[in-house]
Amino acid sequence: MTTVANVESRGPQTNNATANERGYLVPHVNIIETKDSFLLEAEMPGVSKEGLEVLLEGNELTIVGRRKTGVPGAGPVYRESSPRDFRREFVLDPSIDTSKLSATIDQGVLTLTLPKTEKVKPRRIQVTD
Amino acid sequence: MKLIRRQNADLWNWSPVEQFSTLREEINRLFDSPFGDWTRRTELFNGWTPALDLYEDKENLIVKAELPGMKREEIEISVYDGTLSISGERKYEEKNQDAEPYRSERFWGRFHRTLALPKPVQSDKAKATYKDGILTVTLPKTEEAKPKQIEVNVS
Repeated sequence: MTTVANVESRGPQTNNATANERGYLVPHVNIIETKDSFLLEAEMPGVSKEGLEVLLEGNELTIVGRRKTGVPGAGPVYRESSPRDFRREFVLDPSIDTSKLSATIDQGVLTLTLPKTEKVKPRRIQVTD
Repeated sequence: MKLIRRQNADLWNWSPVEQFSTLREEINRLFDSPFGDWTRRTELFNGWTPALDLYEDKENLIVKAELPGMKREEIEISVYDGTLSISGERKYEEKNQDAEPYRSERFWGRFHRTLALPKPVQSDKAKATYKDGILTVTLPKTEEAKPKQIEVNVS
């Protein structure tokens, strides 16, 4: 069951720097499944709440993290980080209740909670006489 | 988050012998374990190398490091003999006991980066902030290292 599938290879929004001058970085992501929901964590250093965008279109989830890089008034001497913003797309399984998504960002890590629909949650059925 | 000015050069206190023996043990264990198992031996590939940037303005050298999802107390910074050292450990958080991993791309474990500073700095006046997963260390240059304008009186 591919519940939270990746679609980063699809469409023009890939991590291919040459394809697009305004290319995006693909954030590192962890996804775990619990009884009630899926938790998605994405690393987006330098992205604050203001720079974060979580878009849902049907069952397609897009996360975009915009960030300011560099130091105002100072020149770069040596640079390893990328000045690019982050973007990644996911296809959500129908078992996810898309009306109940929630998102938080803390120290550059976005945490998305994707609750499962009531239908697919395990439940105990009362036995009646 | 601690900012330590080291008095001794303990940057080099790791023992190469110990490192090699660990590596050899790892390799031996690698051949002992069934084939399907070795991909999970993440400790062999635990190299987490956070990106470092160095900037300079008139007064300061500014170092930025991408360290998403750390706690302040897990980051250690030291300045010794013209070398800035940033190290720490990101611990795996057991969020849910019954959780099942689907995708695991984030790094866990220790990192250690050192950077030779191109100008002398006043390490006792260094400052560090940690915001949005970015560590910023501001190191004021010594008076000698700052650019100066010299006025020449022509009589």
